[in-house]
Amino acid sequence: MDIVLLSRLQFAVATVFHFLFVPLSLGLVLIIAITETIYVRTGDEEYKRMAKFWGKIFLVNFVVGVVTGLTLEFQFGTNWSGYAKYVGDVFGSILAIEATTSFTIESTFIGIWFFGWKRLSPKAHAVCIWVVAVAAYMSAYWILVANSWMQHPVGYVIRNARAELVDFLQIITQPFAILAILHVTFAAVIVGSFFVMGVSSYHILRKQNVSFFTKSFRIAVVLALFFSITEIVVGDFHGKMMAKTQPTKLAAAESQWETMKGAPFYLLVIPDPSQERNLVQMFGIPKMLSWLAHDHWDAEFKGLKSWPEKDRPPVLPVFTAFRSMVGLGFLFALVSIVAFWKRNRLEESPRLLRVLILMIPLPYLAAELGWMVTELGRQPWIVYDMLRTADAHSPLAGYQVATSLTAFVVVYSLIGLVCFYLIARFAHRGPEPLPGEAT
Amino acid sequence: MLQSIWFLLWGILWGVYFMLDGFDLGLGTLKPFISRNDTDKRTAYNAMGPFWDGNEVWLVAAGGVTFAAFPTTYAVMFSSLYSPLLLILFGLIIRAVSFEFRGKIDSPAWKGLWDLCHFVGSFVPALLFGVAFANIFQGIPINADGILQGNLLSLLNPYGILGGALFVLLFLVHGALWLAVKSTGDLEERAGKAASGIWWVLLVVAVIFLAATWFKTSLYRNYLSNPILLIIPVIAVLALLTTKVLIMKKTWWKSWFSSCLTIFAVTMFGVIGLYPNLLPSSIDPAFSLTAFNSSSSHLTLTIMLVVALIFVPLVIIYQAWGYYLFREKLTEEHLASDESY
Repeated sequence: MDIVLLSRLQFAVATVFHFLFVPLSLGLVLIIAITETIYVRTGDEEYKRMAKFWGKIFLVNFVVGVVTGLTLEFQFGTNWSGYAKYVGDVFGSILAIEATTSFTIESTFIGIWFFGWKRLSPKAHAVCIWVVAVAAYMSAYWILVANSWMQHPVGYVIRNARAELVDFLQIITQPFAILAILHVTFAAVIVGSFFVMGVSSYHILRKQNVSFFTKSFRIAVVLALFFSITEIVVGDFHGKMMAKTQPTKLAAAESQWETMKGAPFYLLVIPDPSQERNLVQMFGIPKMLSWLAHDHWDAEFKGLKSWPEKDRPPVLPVFTAFRSMVGLGFLFALVSIVAFWKRNRLEESPRLLRVLILMIPLPYLAAELGWMVTELGRQPWIVYDMLRTADAHSPLAGYQVATSLTAFVVVYSLIGLVCFYLIARFAHRGPEPLPGEAT
Repeated sequence: MLQSIWFLLWGILWGVYFMLDGFDLGLGTLKPFISRNDTDKRTAYNAMGPFWDGNEVWLVAAGGVTFAAFPTTYAVMFSSLYSPLLLILFGLIIRAVSFEFRGKIDSPAWKGLWDLCHFVGSFVPALLFGVAFANIFQGIPINADGILQGNLLSLLNPYGILGGALFVLLFLVHGALWLAVKSTGDLEERAGKAASGIWWVLLVVAVIFLAATWFKTSLYRNYLSNPILLIIPVIAVLALLTTKVLIMKKTWWKSWFSSCLTIFAVTMFGVIGLYPNLLPSSIDPAFSLTAFNSSSSHLTLTIMLVVALIFVPLVIIYQAWGYYLFREKLTEEHLASDESY
């Protein structure tokens, strides 16, 4: 098999898997930090139990996120040495800054937090989890700065047959990166808050630890409401940014083949890439697509046919992923509104509770679909409009990557299964019983 | 000048990584042989508990800095050492999850599975880091385009295996000493004895390694042209001998610090000997990657230096605080609490 395809598959397996754990870590750490702060402020022991209960799930999840991040950092060298050589001057420095300024902090303080309940004052202990939280978000910031540079490279010059850094500040503050950070971290909080709502619903429905889980639910539902609504706004800005910076990605995401002014948005579309057209497009909203992309009803929307085929991303997966993600995003906002509305009479709303349990996996799915739009939509470029994916791989033999890819699939599947099993087990069991309380 | 500073920093990061994660990898390797029951094993896990994740960040930092400061070396080193590096990473993955997974289900078979994973995930990285670095010391067969002319087996040459053995033994002594620091009673005694016994094997292998280095590598070239640098291997040897003296006095913290210094000095001996090469080619020295022909631009190196000079000392300070916080020996009370593995 083709070495580029194998290496892409391997990177895809590694990133998709990594991102099954990262958003829950980012979302949960915030909720744990909030509950522990409430505990410190009010002295209510139930909030301490909450911090410990969600913390236990967090830790199992966190460790898998950490170690799967390790292979990602090294894969740029092992499998994409052409890329590493060409852009290392810019990209490598951002990864190194992430490692030395953020990852170090979270990894050190998480150990202190877990083992330090009795060794630190409650206040100092709560500070530790906030340090972990801030470092985790800083970590996300740097990684997304690096990824945004692949999507929209700025602040560099091609010199000595490679991309060299000229404006560091521009790279770390470019609007594309800021939007990406908001978009991804908001998605992570949605994953975390829906997870907490779902697990809490499970116990409230079974009338176990009702007070404990109602309190957890109420913290999560506020986060879910705020972030799922603002996420729609951020997503819209991100789409408009895409129109400016990555027009081929947007055209594929919308499956728009023809360039036109005042382009309509069709609610139902079935793309037919082989004929460079859509098999079905129905329920059009006039001029909506132009407005969504360019903030102007009569703006010109560039269709896929404006570019030669070799410069276009694969339409079908990008389109499908994009539509599903957007649909899910609206669903999260809707469900959050209902959940917030009913937050004070949860026990009388069994149907809502059941829906919330079933919804636990959906924010994960939306987050992964978002990455598929981002990364597949960037193709055929590894750095948009600068370096092609086909020119970036390492000089390896096919069997080497085939072997390592197999190892990734096997090892990751097993670890993933165990991790999810343990999380489900802890979630099912609920918090540790209080001393003197019957189990 | 900037490139040379970064070369030194690169070596220091690897040295610190081996010095810190070395005791985790060593203790992980030693654990099945030294523990007699589940309490012994849990003592070993919890001895590493608050630290292993923080120790591992130095590997991420060393990898990241290789990428940032010497992108061409990063590209060629990690693609040519493809198989060993991936084996190391898979090892570290199963080691890390073993910490979290093992104690979560109370069944002997479950615990046995993760004990095995933890052992493999500690031993394999320890061995392969040694194999990889020994091969880097003697040069690897890369051509003018930085493409490896060989495979995994060509890395398992006698000098490479000797390097692997040296690393495993250094880490075993280091890990045994850490267990002695953190445990009490019978286990503490056995850990001390293990460190003492393995030390003799380490001494023999270290002597063979230093001699083989003379014949197999050109590491001594820098030392012969600048004899003042010989202070580094001298420190390594003195620290190794001091470790033994301190072990005999059963002062575990001091022996462990001495073992830290040994590992750090051994790494620096190799790194300084390599200078300015980061990845020497055994085919033709002209194909070697050096601090000068593989580095990043002046601007990137400057920005990174500012970041490193601010943050690396900070990391050292808060990690030192973490070690201070969890300095005391593990007791039954610790193991019984829900804040343990």
